[in-house]
Amino acid sequence: MGRKALLITPELCIGCRACQVACKSWNNLPAEKTKNNGTHENPPDLSGYTYVKIRFIEKEVKGEVKWLFVRQSCMHCGEPACVQVCPVGAMQKDPETGIVFYDKSICIGCQACRSACPFDVPRYDKEGKISKCYMCIDRVKAGLEPACAKTCPTGAIKFGERDELIAQAKAEGFKVLYGEKELGGLGVIFALNREPAYYNLVENPKAPEKVVALGEMLKILVAKGIPINNSIIKEFLS
Amino acid sequence: MDVKFTRRDFLKLSIGSLVLSSLGINLEPVKAYAKELKIKNAKETTTICPYCSVGCGIIVYSKGGKVVNTEGDPDHVISRGKLCPKGASLYQLANNPTRLLKPLYRAPYSDKWKEVSWDWALDRIAKLVKKTRDKYFIYKNEKGQVVNRVEAIAHVGSAALDNEECYILQKFLRALGIVYIEHQARI
Amino acid sequence: MAALAESFGRGAMTNHWVDMKNSDVILVMGGNPAENHPVSMQWILKAKKERGAKLIVVDPKYTRTASQADLFIQIRPGTDIAFLGGLVKYIIDNELYFKDYIVNYTDAAFLVDPNFKDTEDLGGVFSGYDPKKKKYNKSTWKYQLDENGIPKKDPTLKDPNCVFQLLKKHFSRYTIDVVSEITGAPKEKILEAYKIYASTGKPNRVATECYAMGWTQHTVGTQNIRCMAIIQLLLGNIGMAGGGVNALRGESNVQGSTDMCLLFHILPGYLPMVRASHVDLKTYIKKTTPKSNDPKSLNWWKHRSKYIVSLLKAFWGDYATPENDFCFNYLPKLDDGKAYSWYDLFDAMYKGKIKGFFAWGQNPACSSANANKARQALSKLDWLVCVNLWDSETASFWKGPGMDPKKVKTEVFLLPAAASVEKEGSITNSGRWLQWRYKAVEPPGEARRDAEIVDELYKRIKALYEKEGGAFPDPIVKLNWNYGDGEVDTKLIAKEVNGYFTKDTTVKGKRFRKGQQVPNFVYLKDDGSTACGNWLYSGSYTEEGNMMARREKIDPTGLGMYPKWAWCWPVNRRVLYNRASVDLMGNPWDPERPVIKWNPSTKKWVGDVPDGPQPPLALGGVLPFIMKPTGVGTIFGKGRADGPFPTHYEPAESPFKNILYPKVRINPVARIFKDTPVDKLVLGGDPRFPYIATTYRVTEHWQTGLMTRNMPWLLELEPQVFVEMSKELAKEIGVKSGDKVIVTSPRGKIWAIAVVTERIKPLRIEGHTCHIVGIPWHYGWRWPEDGSGGDSVNLLTPPAHDPNTSIQETKCFAVNIKRA
Repeated sequence: MGRKALLITPELCIGCRACQVACKSWNNLPAEKTKNNGTHENPPDLSGYTYVKIRFIEKEVKGEVKWLFVRQSCMHCGEPACVQVCPVGAMQKDPETGIVFYDKSICIGCQACRSACPFDVPRYDKEGKISKCYMCIDRVKAGLEPACAKTCPTGAIKFGERDELIAQAKAEGFKVLYGEKELGGLGVIFALNREPAYYNLVENPKAPEKVVALGEMLKILVAKGIPINNSIIKEFLS
Repeated sequence: MDVKFTRRDFLKLSIGSLVLSSLGINLEPVKAYAKELKIKNAKETTTICPYCSVGCGIIVYSKGGKVVNTEGDPDHVISRGKLCPKGASLYQLANNPTRLLKPLYRAPYSDKWKEVSWDWALDRIAKLVKKTRDKYFIYKNEKGQVVNRVEAIAHVGSAALDNEECYILQKFLRALGIVYIEHQARI
Repeated sequence: MAALAESFGRGAMTNHWVDMKNSDVILVMGGNPAENHPVSMQWILKAKKERGAKLIVVDPKYTRTASQADLFIQIRPGTDIAFLGGLVKYIIDNELYFKDYIVNYTDAAFLVDPNFKDTEDLGGVFSGYDPKKKKYNKSTWKYQLDENGIPKKDPTLKDPNCVFQLLKKHFSRYTIDVVSEITGAPKEKILEAYKIYASTGKPNRVATECYAMGWTQHTVGTQNIRCMAIIQLLLGNIGMAGGGVNALRGESNVQGSTDMCLLFHILPGYLPMVRASHVDLKTYIKKTTPKSNDPKSLNWWKHRSKYIVSLLKAFWGDYATPENDFCFNYLPKLDDGKAYSWYDLFDAMYKGKIKGFFAWGQNPACSSANANKARQALSKLDWLVCVNLWDSETASFWKGPGMDPKKVKTEVFLLPAAASVEKEGSITNSGRWLQWRYKAVEPPGEARRDAEIVDELYKRIKALYEKEGGAFPDPIVKLNWNYGDGEVDTKLIAKEVNGYFTKDTTVKGKRFRKGQQVPNFVYLKDDGSTACGNWLYSGSYTEEGNMMARREKIDPTGLGMYPKWAWCWPVNRRVLYNRASVDLMGNPWDPERPVIKWNPSTKKWVGDVPDGPQPPLALGGVLPFIMKPTGVGTIFGKGRADGPFPTHYEPAESPFKNILYPKVRINPVARIFKDTPVDKLVLGGDPRFPYIATTYRVTEHWQTGLMTRNMPWLLELEPQVFVEMSKELAKEIGVKSGDKVIVTSPRGKIWAIAVVTERIKPLRIEGHTCHIVGIPWHYGWRWPEDGSGGDSVNLLTPPAHDPNTSIQETKCFAVNIKRA
């Protein structure tokens, strides 16, 4: 089993959000109490109970309306800052598939991972434990696709061998493969025909420079049994 | 031990951190994913989505009479394992906190529902049907033509029923002589 | 469905879902598959990707389907016929029609009675219009017949009375300028759409059309679809792989429930319901069986007698004998000319004429247009039985908004039903595929399967009649009802639906024993030797077993027909009217997409099950539209209530004049309910309601939302009723996206959350700014329980209806909007 990836093609997405529901269904995640905020996008943000969401982006380009649907979830970085920073090893990268997953039972809820994440992805459940997309590693290890890719009716989310997906997207002529090289190569790659900013994707994503130092330091604190305060992490990184 | 750190303390620590990493903790990968797949050893039943008319295939996984998971049927020739959000939410149809579990009855002028037994409800409905039918049965219309019908009882529904259910339902209604028979297809 | 039956013979989607991959052009107009049939998009996108197909979306708002379109055009609601009429004119003027097809397979060459007068002759109405009754006398709407009673034809299409020339005249004023003025769409986009679509008049290019309620819910609903049917016939796109006029049906089994005829006017398999003037079976058969003198017309409905007698045998078994007219008089009879449709029903209920009511798996308190009328009507009942998975706005109407339970006499029963995964049976998808589903788990609590509830009720009522007697008890006590003693076995019902032999019989040289399953409807007889619950489903459960449960994934043609996956009516034919996909010698018009093909050496058809096994037309065969007595596709739709050709009329509550026919603003025969105080309508512009509203569904909810509002994951996605509006309108009324607003119509008011969007633009119509707003109809006061979802938009919708189907005009009505 080589490195796995999700290939996201926003142009094929119809914003049906079967991925959001399939994710909740497989992961037994409760629904959130939401309201209509003047948009179809919901829930308003990722949370410990929403691992994936579709952003609804309306644009007017040369007098023509465009409606873009862009996935937001963990990007499964090749060099995941969250893993580097996690002081207890709760956040991990699977050496085989490259999936960034976690062990809630040892998470101490310090939230350093969110501070370190170039995409502001990690979220926490009611107990304060890490709770985010783990690319259905349980399914993947059993030879199944992640729930979101399995259900996606249009092929906007494809799952497979990362190299093969990249080659396929290139062969199909996409101009930009967002995530091919970024941050050691992302595990979630976007096949685009325009610049990433058009899709509200972070251009040149970077983890905070002090991540390595922060991680080492937090490990010491943990080893010494000293509680970690998230505001201090934020201040350290600022 | 409750230790308060100042930003200064914290930054001091960080300087020394690189050399102190030998104090590090055990980073043995934890096999969080090694938990048993929830569909392992589950009974698989094929079904067709109850929402729109594409007719997508869904596999229902159940254990001990409880639905534990639902997802698209990859062998289905139309849907190929794919589902929309409604189809993908099928698990919540079977595990639903607001489903009706008992027959309910609301008496005339009452402001609340009351739980009743099936036997009582069915007997009461049967009597009301008969009473209404007998009272309002029309043997002949104004022109004197034989019509053998009931206009005082009406029915709507339903595209949510199976074909076999639709068939016996209309057979039952037509045997009663009911002519106001309609359903979603009209609207 | 009325339009498709009129045009082609059968009221159903002509093709099927997978077939969309075979299209070159896909027009989505009156439908929204990405939102309402999302999984079908994989086939539309496959056509785009692999065939380079073009997707055109025409809609009052930019939808999620539009996000995938090559061309999107926003039109004003209720102007579809103008848009399509312009396309008819474009095709004719530029001679882009498929001439061989229309001459041989449609009525284009048929000559029409010279006394027939078009809207062009009479300023907006057809001949025979009675303004007092608001009805047509259709006596001039007919073909000229020759001495043998066969329609006269002019294959050159030049006779001024031929259908083709009349059609040309009828649409002569639908120029691009006029179309643009009526629809509000820009001329260059209209022309671009016409160019793309009309490119499929060639034998090797095929277009399909996808519609749904966006076309039916108008006072001209039937004619919207008729207009598309005419276009598809002109271009030769019917019967072809990748073609058709595809009604994307809204519910998982609305095709099946329609085939089973839970509708006042038809009996299972689309047999006409019995009328009072049908004094006996013979009269019924004589009056309802169409005739054709054309030897080339198969006129399939000539078999009517076999289907009605077999149905009566299924109903009353051994009691039904030739001597007693097979119990024909046990069937209730409708008064001639009277409608008992959904809205007639609620009208009668409102007037206190209906005492008892079953709302079975339905929620009319939210789904009925002018829902206040339906809600008030429920309070006039003596008793109401609701069968559902949840409590509903209908079952709990007596404690709904504006109701005082102390004043509501209605006795209400709410019976808990099983869900789809808790029972076994078949459902029929939009492509007419009957698929079997199995029981996964038992129903929760005391919930019971619908089949069991029907069975219990029937048995109890029968017992009462046996014990006490009563009004006309025979149809009840003698009803043939054997579906198991304990649990109802739905397979037994399925077998009755398929049909069986009631005695040892020989049919077509084959011996059958009593009790054997009928192989298909060709073996049904009118002498009482066969019983069949629905002739159209005959072949679904044969001696070989349950064909609906088949799961073989073979696709011999590569066209996605999957002949051994499930079973498809009729006789497993996957593409209706497929005889029209070949030339007169039986060779496919498009050899790359051969639905069927005649093999001259074996003298057999290869491919799909053909519409009749007869040889090709030139080799002594039959015409392709076998359900029509003429045998051909119908351009001149003389059976419709509002005219043989579609005509643009303004919606009932449109504020605009009809620039084509200033004297006839709205459909002159539209059904309008007006004799109760709650039937309110504004005809013509009314400054109190200056905006045009349209209703629709969204991906995340379904119908009245009763099911989906109870699915927490779905409610999370679309939690509250909203009203979509343009930035310009929002500015005009001082509203920001996310604000709560009050929407009012002459019928009522609701609150909604404003969604201000780029996806709806104000249109310029007849020199005025036309603001359009859109509201989904999925909400109701009962769920979510805290009331945060809002109520049904149907509280606002009008009592104006299509004259053919009585479907309501919920796609276009007048409203006002103010900040809450």
